[in-house]
Amino acid sequence: MIFLFYMLSAIMIISALLVVFSKNPVNSVIYLIVCFLAMAGHYILLNAQFLAVVHIIVYTGAIMVLFLFVIMLLNLNKAIIPQKSRVTRISAVITGGIFFLVLLAATRQTFEIHARYPFRGDIGLVSEVGNTLFHEFLLPFEMSSVLFISAMVGAIMFGKKDA
Amino acid sequence: MKEISSAIQLIPLEHYIFLSVALFCIGLMGVLFRRNTIIMLMCIELMFNSVTLLCTAFSAYHSDPAGQVFVFFIMIVAAAEVAVGLSMVVMMKRNIDSVDINLLNRLKW
Repeated sequence: MIFLFYMLSAIMIISALLVVFSKNPVNSVIYLIVCFLAMAGHYILLNAQFLAVVHIIVYTGAIMVLFLFVIMLLNLNKAIIPQKSRVTRISAVITGGIFFLVLLAATRQTFEIHARYPFRGDIGLVSEVGNTLFHEFLLPFEMSSVLFISAMVGAIMFGKKDA
Repeated sequence: MKEISSAIQLIPLEHYIFLSVALFCIGLMGVLFRRNTIIMLMCIELMFNSVTLLCTAFSAYHSDPAGQVFVFFIMIVAAAEVAVGLSMVVMMKRNIDSVDINLLNRLKW
């Protein structure tokens, strides 16, 4: 099991790097799908089964297909966009690395983490998550439908020809 | 099920923090690195997912299902963001016939 954790982490980080560095956008989408599948494996390891299934359905099934669909529709799979200048690229890598080091040092040095409650295996099941969602978070759940309506209206307004 | 939940306690929570920090920084680097708007949107998705992984790890270690509900809400926000962002990409392709982010720099300065 511990070996599985490190293997999934290595797959995730390598495929995330390949998303950034691969030339063809279609390859980036494929690597991002690999990364998301590894993340669903992490959710299963954490015993969050509901999130694992929703992650596969929503991200790998819907969002990434939408990305792939737009890439195919706009015929971007061959168009090579010129890269940024070398100075900008190197400074981007240095910025990411320094940010990583700062966050790592902050989390290592500043606080210790102790579990508040004893470990329970059943909090990721559908019944527990659904109970919490519909008891404590009912109003945000309803507000998210408003968010979806506004996103839908925004997408349609962007898509209109003479808006 | 018992085996999984007993095995995961052997991995310290710090390792999940390191993993999600690494993913977040890769996403940040990708946003700064690329000029293709679709790749930048995908890197934003990567950053979203690092945060959701950390939320799930804290929720599992502290035995609190509220963290997993937050992950659910983050997924909702990500889906709405992708819908609007991809329609912006389509409009950009239609108007300037490119998805290069450097051509749309009138709001930059």
